[in-house]
Amino acid sequence: MAASSAGIGTLLCKNINKQIEIFYPTNRRYTWCVIRRICTSISRFRCQGQIKRKSAPKELVGVVGLEVHAQIQSITKLFSGSQVRFQAPPNSLVSFFDASLPGTLPVLNRRCVEAAVMTGLALDCVINRKSLFDRKHYFYADLPAGYQITQQRRPIAVDGTLTYSHLGGTRRNTLITKSVRIKQIQLEQDSGKSLHDDRRGQTLIDLNRAGVGLMELVMEPDMSCGEEAAAAVRELQLILQALGTCQGHMDEGQLRVDANVSVHRPGDPWGVRTEVKNINSGRNLARAIDYEIQRQVGVLKNGGTVQNETRSFDRKSGFMPEPNLPPLIVYDRPSTAPPCVHPSQVVVLEEVRAGLPELPRARRTRLVESYDILPEHSFTLVNEDGLTDYFEAVVKETKAGPRKVIGWVNQVLLGLLHHHSLSVSQSPVTPQMLAQLLNLQENGQISSSVAKQVFQELWRAPGKTAQQIIQEQDLGIVSNTTEIHRICQKVVDSHPDQVQAIRGGNKKVLNKLMGLVQKETKGRADPVLVRSILEEKTS
Amino acid sequence: MSVVNYARTLQKVILNIGPRCYHRWVTTASVALRIRDSKQNFRCRLWCGLLTPVHYQYSTEGNTSKVPSVATWEPVLENQLPPAKQVPADLVDKLERLALVDFPNQEGLVCLKKAIRFADQLHVVDTEGVDPMDSVLENRALYLREDVVAEGDCADRLLQLSKDTVEEYFVAPPGNIPLPGREEC
Repeated sequence: MAASSAGIGTLLCKNINKQIEIFYPTNRRYTWCVIRRICTSISRFRCQGQIKRKSAPKELVGVVGLEVHAQIQSITKLFSGSQVRFQAPPNSLVSFFDASLPGTLPVLNRRCVEAAVMTGLALDCVINRKSLFDRKHYFYADLPAGYQITQQRRPIAVDGTLTYSHLGGTRRNTLITKSVRIKQIQLEQDSGKSLHDDRRGQTLIDLNRAGVGLMELVMEPDMSCGEEAAAAVRELQLILQALGTCQGHMDEGQLRVDANVSVHRPGDPWGVRTEVKNINSGRNLARAIDYEIQRQVGVLKNGGTVQNETRSFDRKSGFMPEPNLPPLIVYDRPSTAPPCVHPSQVVVLEEVRAGLPELPRARRTRLVESYDILPEHSFTLVNEDGLTDYFEAVVKETKAGPRKVIGWVNQVLLGLLHHHSLSVSQSPVTPQMLAQLLNLQENGQISSSVAKQVFQELWRAPGKTAQQIIQEQDLGIVSNTTEIHRICQKVVDSHPDQVQAIRGGNKKVLNKLMGLVQKETKGRADPVLVRSILEEKTS
Repeated sequence: MSVVNYARTLQKVILNIGPRCYHRWVTTASVALRIRDSKQNFRCRLWCGLLTPVHYQYSTEGNTSKVPSVATWEPVLENQLPPAKQVPADLVDKLERLALVDFPNQEGLVCLKKAIRFADQLHVVDTEGVDPMDSVLENRALYLREDVVAEGDCADRLLQLSKDTVEEYFVAPPGNIPLPGREEC
C-alpha cells in the first residue's frame, strides 16, 4: 500500500505540474508558488513512501493478553464460613469477617485450595509447594476492609500452558491448534457488588459476593485476535467445568475476562496497552477485542498515539504481606506430610492428581479413536454442551456408522439448533428419534433426501414418529422399477437436447435429468438406481 | 515442733543455703492441705518441692532478673544514619492517595520527614544474609477449614451498624471521590 501511494504521489505531482503550467501560463509567479506548495506536500508523502519501501513495511498486528477471574465453585467463601449463592436477599450471606468488622480473622477454605491445585495441574502448571498471601490495598466502597487478600509474590501455581483450538481456514473446517502460556494462578477474594443510583447520588452496596474465592489466571500476551481469545476462553470454560472448580457462566459473572490489547509491528517493542473489561459472553469478547485492535490501528495510521485511559493495576505499590496467614504448604505425597497432622489439614498433590476427571482434550482424542471421526468433528462435539452425549446415544441405537451420524448431528441438528437459538437439551428431536430415522434410511425404506424432509417434520411436530410421517405423506422409497423406468423414459423423451448433450460427452447434464426425475417422484426414488437407468437410456 | 513451724524453718534454711535457688512460697494454707494427706505424702511432696526449682520472681534476696539495672539503650547518632532522602511533592500526593492521610501544611510534611528519619534507624542493623520476616506466624501451620456453612444470615445486625441504609443495602457516596490536586488545595 505504501509503495502504491508513493507511485500515486509521484504521478500526481507530475500531472499537477503539467496541468498548472498549461492552464496558467501567464501568471508564472502564482503558479510557481502553487506548484511548490502542492509539490512540497506531495513530495513529503512521496519521501515517506520511499523510506517505507526500503524497509519492507510490516502490517500492524494485534497483541492480546487475558486476565481471567474464575469464581471457585465451593459451598462457602474463601476466608469465612458464609454461603456462596448466586441470588439471595442483599447482605444475607455476609459474616462478620466479610463485613470486615474489627476483631475478625481470615480462615482459609480447604476446598478452594484443592480447586486451585486441580486447575493448576489441569493446565500443566508448576505448583508452588509454599505460597504466600498478600494484601492489595485500594479504596472502594465495595471493599469494606480497604484491602483484598491475594497472592501476588508467590502464587499457588505458575508457568502453565493452555492449549486451545478453533476452526479456521478458508471454509472454517480446519482445526488450528494453538497454545497460550499461563503466567500464574492465584487465589484471591472477590469484592462486593455496588449499584449506582445516580438520581440520588449514592451507591448501594451488597456484600453477598464479598469474600467469595476467585482464581485469577494471568495469561501471557500470546494471542493476536479476538477469535483466538474467544477460543482460549471457551477451552478454559470447558476445562473448569470438567474439573468442577468453576461453572464458567460468563453471563452470571462466574467467569470474568479482561483483555489487554495493543498493536505493534512484528519485531518492534509492544505498543501502549488498553484494557477491555465487563464482557459477558465469548462472542462479545471476540468482537470487543477486534474492535479495539481496529481502533488502535486506525489511530496509529493517522499519526496519533494510543492513550491508556484505564487505571493500571499492574502497579507495584499498595502490597504488603498478609500478617494473619502463615504460608500455604502443599505436600507431594502422603509420606512427605508431617506425621502428627490430621489428614484434613494437608493437601497432597498426588491425591489431587489422581482425582482429576477426564479433561476436554482427552475426551476429544477418545472420541476420535473410538468412533473413527475427524478431529474437527470431535472438536464440535465437545464444544457444544451435551452434544457428545447426544451423539453417543444415537450411535448406540442405530445401525448407521458413526461417520454418517456425525454428519447428521454436526450439520443438520446443530444447524437447526443454532437457527432457533436452542441448546442441545432443548432439542425437539431426541436421540432415539434420530436413531429410528437413520435405521429407516439404512434399511432402504427411505432415501437420503426424504430422510432430511422427515427430520424437518419431526422438528416441527415432535409428537409423531418417523414411521407415521412416512406413511401419512407417502414418502416411502419407490422401488417399483417399472414405475421408475416409465418416469425416466418420460424425462428423457421430453428433453431431447439434454440427451444429445450427454451423448456428446457432457456428463454433467445427467444431474439435471436426475433432478427432474426426483422432482417427479417427490424425492422418493433411489438415486443410485435412477442414475444407472438414465445412463442406460442415454448411452 | 508443729508441722507449720517445721515448714517455716526449712524455708529459712533453704534461703540461706543458696541465694540463686528459687523455691515455691509455701503458704500456711497449702501446708495445712498437705497435712490432711498421709504423712508419707507430705514428706514426698515437700521433697519434690525442694528438688524442682520453680522460676518465680522472688522480691527479696537472690534476685537476678533479666531486666538490666542500668539502661543500655544508646541513641543512634545522626552520622550513623544513611543520608536523608528528600520527599518530592508527587510522592507526597501518592502517599495521600494510597493511605488517605492528609498532609495539609508544612507542619505535616515536617512530621512526615521526622517519621521517615526515625524509621531510618533500622538501616543501622546489619541484615546481610537474613531473609525478611513476614509475620511471627511464619513457622506455624496454616489451618484449613472444612467447606461447611457456619456463618452469615445476620443482615439485620450488620445493617444496624451503618448510619445510612436503603432496603437492606449499605449506602456509600457515589464512586470514588478523587482527591483534589496540589494546585486546587
